[in-house]
Amino acid sequence: MRVLRPSIIFAALIMLWQIIVWASGVEPFILPPPARVGIAWVERWDVILFHTQTTVLEILLGLLLGTVMGTVSALFLAYFATARRWLMPILVISQAIPVFALAPILVLWLGYGLASKVAMATLIIYFPVTAAFFDGLRRTEPGQLDLARTMNASRWSILRNIRIPAALPAFASGLRVATAVAPIGAVVGEWVGSSAGLGYLMLHSNGRMQIDVMFAALFTLGAIAVVLYFTVDAFLSRVLFWQPDTQPSND
Amino acid sequence: MGKIFGIHIKAPRIAFDGQTLFETLDFSLPAGQWTCLLGPSGVGKSTLLRLIAGLATEAGSACISCDDGKPLSGRTAYMGQQDLLLPWLSVIDNVTLGRRLRGEDPKGHEAQSHAKQLLDAVGLTGYEQSLPSKLSGGMRQRAALARTLMENRPVVLMDEPFSAVDAITRLRLQELAAELLRDRTVLLVTHDPLEALRLGDRIHVLSGRPVVISDALLPTGLRPRPAGDPDLLANQAKLFRQLSAAMEDTAAA
Repeated sequence: MRVLRPSIIFAALIMLWQIIVWASGVEPFILPPPARVGIAWVERWDVILFHTQTTVLEILLGLLLGTVMGTVSALFLAYFATARRWLMPILVISQAIPVFALAPILVLWLGYGLASKVAMATLIIYFPVTAAFFDGLRRTEPGQLDLARTMNASRWSILRNIRIPAALPAFASGLRVATAVAPIGAVVGEWVGSSAGLGYLMLHSNGRMQIDVMFAALFTLGAIAVVLYFTVDAFLSRVLFWQPDTQPSND
Repeated sequence: MGKIFGIHIKAPRIAFDGQTLFETLDFSLPAGQWTCLLGPSGVGKSTLLRLIAGLATEAGSACISCDDGKPLSGRTAYMGQQDLLLPWLSVIDNVTLGRRLRGEDPKGHEAQSHAKQLLDAVGLTGYEQSLPSKLSGGMRQRAALARTLMENRPVVLMDEPFSAVDAITRLRLQELAAELLRDRTVLLVTHDPLEALRLGDRIHVLSGRPVVISDALLPTGLRPRPAGDPDLLANQAKLFRQLSAAMEDTAAA
């Protein structure tokens, strides 16, 4: 059932798509039928693969950089009270600026290549990771901190042995959100200005009325996002082995 | 563990949230004895324990002196109402947590065999590698007791350590604690008069605001005293009266 269920959901969605195409009689350049998108995908797979590589690289680099920076920032904020007082307002204000609005500026500063898209993805990932991890670090069970103090633990030792592991479930939530939004950052960056990537391919094929290719690119992007999410989710569940899934299966 | 010693705590005024908790605090824990604190919830029993543990930094400072003239810091072990086991560490790693936190080797042969010995003493042999989530409430509290013993401190401060388990488990845990912490200087905060009478050498009732600490009730006989002992039952009735008066005093203040 674990393998079967996603296949059924997938098949049902494709069928729904086909039914909408039939029922509405919509032109293929507005909504191409699934078969046509499938053919476009098979015929142009080399092009799609090339652009997929670029986008995947952007997403992974953004995810890596955003996570590392977010983790370091959260630890810094949790450990130094002064940093907390001065940096927290800046962090919150920075989030009031819509990250999408920064895309043209990033392209202007960092060019049409990989760097501006990685920066975009990093920016979009950074905040959920920082906020979630910092929140987790602040919410350590007070009794455990008391216990550690009576055991003569140093602040650093408490952070390393108790506060960080205790904050990992919160960090994992942040990372899951980050994984889900990372492709958005990369694609928005590509739309603003690029010469490669699935976002670029979508704009490019749209301009040439190759709507089936556009959909094939969109479909690939969706598949990447889903695979990425479930990979990260599986990895996190493994690392957080002590966290039982408390939602009962019959709930 | 070192020599057993008594503790004296003195403070001019201890306030908490702007309210005077203790006007003049002068309290002693005699060497090698179990001192029990009873009283209504929120009266300040835990605060007094936390002052001695050096954890109540927000309530002001108290002058704590030990019979042997050395500072108390680093010579107390703490056991709370919750087991406070870290869910990501196995039972044995939880028992050796103190060593890990101090940067000493928790995996050394000596530490491991001592931890195993203590787990055996609390009846948890075979659960060394289990995660705390696989244990029942009583077993978790026994693991916490083993962790407290692993610290091997001459003074043990316990804040309602057995209140979260069922009655029968509680009686067994009391016996286990009484046996394993026999000769130490112990402060036990509890809301259960029976527990105090089974385990305490000196029982104080706290009441009112600012807090008045009653003179010690001194039960006779060896700990842990059997729950059906006639002397104990007579004292229990007396303590119940004292506690309900204390509850009224505290509510009125």
